[in-house]
Amino acid sequence: MSRRDPQLAIYDQVIAAGQPWSRVAKCGQVLRIVDSEGQQAVDALFYCADDVAERYSAQDTLRQQRNAYIGVGTRLMSSEGRAMLTVIGDSCGRHDTSAGCCSCESNAVRFGEPTKYQHACRENFLLELAKHGMGKRDIVANVNFFMNVPIDPVGHFTVVDGISQPGGYVELRAEMDVLCVLSNCPQINNPCNGFNPTPIRVLIWGS
Amino acid sequence: MAIATPANAAAEANRRRYEALRAAGQGATLAALPPKTAPGSAPIPPQCVIAEDEVPGGWYQTMRLGRGEVLRLIDVTGTATPALIAWREDDPSERMNLADTVKVQWTAALQRGHVVLSDMGRVMLSVVEDTCGAHDALVGGSVAFGEPPLPRNTRANFIAAVGKLGLDRRDIPAALSLFAPINVGADGHFTWRDGAKAKGDFVDLRAEMTLLLAISNCPHPFQPVAPDAARPLKFVRYRAQDYGGDDPCRRTGAEIGRAFAFTNRLFA
Repeated sequence: MSRRDPQLAIYDQVIAAGQPWSRVAKCGQVLRIVDSEGQQAVDALFYCADDVAERYSAQDTLRQQRNAYIGVGTRLMSSEGRAMLTVIGDSCGRHDTSAGCCSCESNAVRFGEPTKYQHACRENFLLELAKHGMGKRDIVANVNFFMNVPIDPVGHFTVVDGISQPGGYVELRAEMDVLCVLSNCPQINNPCNGFNPTPIRVLIWGS
Repeated sequence: MAIATPANAAAEANRRRYEALRAAGQGATLAALPPKTAPGSAPIPPQCVIAEDEVPGGWYQTMRLGRGEVLRLIDVTGTATPALIAWREDDPSERMNLADTVKVQWTAALQRGHVVLSDMGRVMLSVVEDTCGAHDALVGGSVAFGEPPLPRNTRANFIAAVGKLGLDRRDIPAALSLFAPINVGADGHFTWRDGAKAKGDFVDLRAEMTLLLAISNCPHPFQPVAPDAARPLKFVRYRAQDYGGDDPCRRTGAEIGRAFAFTNRLFA
């Protein structure tokens, strides 16, 4: 269990089910994302605060660690090959960065056209990125914290029931000034949120 | 024991739908995929050829591929591992989305019969022929800047390529690496599968909308022996043949049927 005391955090915010959030984490600060009720996927994008054209790169992250999953020790890499954040704490054990975020369009393909008119992570990202002068072209392959997506040896790729428990958390140390953009995933058509989206909590500690 | 409420009845219905889609996607749909293309088969009728070209090792190419045209990429030496990105020409903010591609088709092992989806739920490319069947939709191309230098790398190639297409580095999504046999272990560790590539392997990608393409011909980061510079990639661009009622990419499940229907609305 992390020893960081919430009383000493410089920022502490609950993000309601299905909602977006963004804030800059300064170099050296620690960001904790709490899966308050368990089995809640949190989609995350990261941008270099000084130059948002440098952003999180899922493929550079996977290549650098030669492993398909994110856990303690993973360095989340940028498109320019620099470490943006390091995973320094994790009660869950496995996070995804290959399954992307849900969208109205992909929901319509997967689950049928009526699901096109359900809230989705890409709607959240578009709304939140617009506050920072960015748009759809800036939505790259993201991290999915607390999302369980095993890839088996023959390549089967499946979003399955989450393994994170109520109160589960992940802690990230910023290695540069990073604009963090989250979507508390509203998906109700697959098991990533236990078919029931719930609130999360975000805390930041100073360096 | 959960109490039955309308809310969790809806959740249970959604779970049942998901499990049914999964069972089909990893069962009957998978079984319906066409076999790999046999080496030396699928000749291109000469009258269908539009253009041919070759890109040396380390270099890149940009091109426009019209709807209904096919790009055959040929691994001449059996060592090439080209990385590819596609954008919709009419609106390049619509681009290849590998996450949706593997999620919707329930597999990261793309092969003949699969498609490449855009971020807008439409089909960009169909894999209509494929002698190799071992491609990497997860890891992408060779090193970003700031790592031990190769003479050239895919990141640098893509930055140059998007410049020539009127785009910039904000427009570079995750890339698909072809002829790149990657395995994922139970612990997530990536390994290179030897013996899965052969001289003359080819893959034919049919454009389902008019596309801009960038293709980088650099070593895959996990390729065990860095091949020498002589690893040319040959291209043939040709007009698609009519597979009639037996299109290799129209045999899969309901999801891809919808993706094609949404794509066709662009042209209705």
